[in-house]
Amino acid sequence: MSDALAAVTYRVTREALVAYAAASGDHNPIHQDEQVARAVGLPGVIAHGMYTLALAARYVDEQVGERGRIATIGAKFTKPVVVPVEGVDVEVSGVRKDDRTLAVTVTCEGVTVLGRCQVTLRD
Amino acid sequence: MPLDPEIVGRSYPPAPPHEVTTDSVRTFVEATGASYDAGPAPATYPIVPAFTAMMGFLEAEALDLSRIVHGAQEFRHERPVVPGDVLTVALSVASVRSIGGNDIIATSSEVTDADGALVCTGTATLVHRGPEEGS
Repeated sequence: MSDALAAVTYRVTREALVAYAAASGDHNPIHQDEQVARAVGLPGVIAHGMYTLALAARYVDEQVGERGRIATIGAKFTKPVVVPVEGVDVEVSGVRKDDRTLAVTVTCEGVTVLGRCQVTLRD
Repeated sequence: MPLDPEIVGRSYPPAPPHEVTTDSVRTFVEATGASYDAGPAPATYPIVPAFTAMMGFLEAEALDLSRIVHGAQEFRHERPVVPGDVLTVALSVASVRSIGGNDIIATSSEVTDADGALVCTGTATLVHRGPEEGS
């Protein structure tokens, strides 16, 4: 069994990153401040890795139709999601590996940003 | 200088308990562009108390957040987090490797509820960047 799920596009904005920083407690300025991000060698403001993983969780919740079904979720943060002033789109898609396992792909500007993003569901 | 490998197995005092409220979950959910009325929190919500625990760990080991890159994260849930939960996180260091002047730190965070029951386990890979050449 291996079924592709519909791809969904989410818009990531700097305003959302500021809101996520407040909600998560991660106030690292590389996620909010262009100058700080560039000073440490980044191409610009980047999304929190956990923000991108939260989008993957949102995608799975929407695909299964409810929250609370995810038993495990994990990924490697392989590439940054660079968020310009006008925001950026990320595309999330998934493949059902079996009844309980989904492989999730998140891309930004055509580049895969999460490695080995896998989600398992509870019954 | 690489991290002292003796931090492996070390545990840190838990951060103050984190009370999960409808508002705290809604704030988290809305930041990702979704909406929330009630029910289970998203699967990555435990990063909220886990991040506080990580900051405690960095402080205890005199590590600078600006030198930390989050390399990987996983959560394994025993049950979903719901409003009303009071969560405590106990962080320990599972392993440290030194690669190319950077330290690769694996941490394990056990998230328990007010009854002491395990709610989920978070495992993180943190890359601690060493000093730049010539500095």
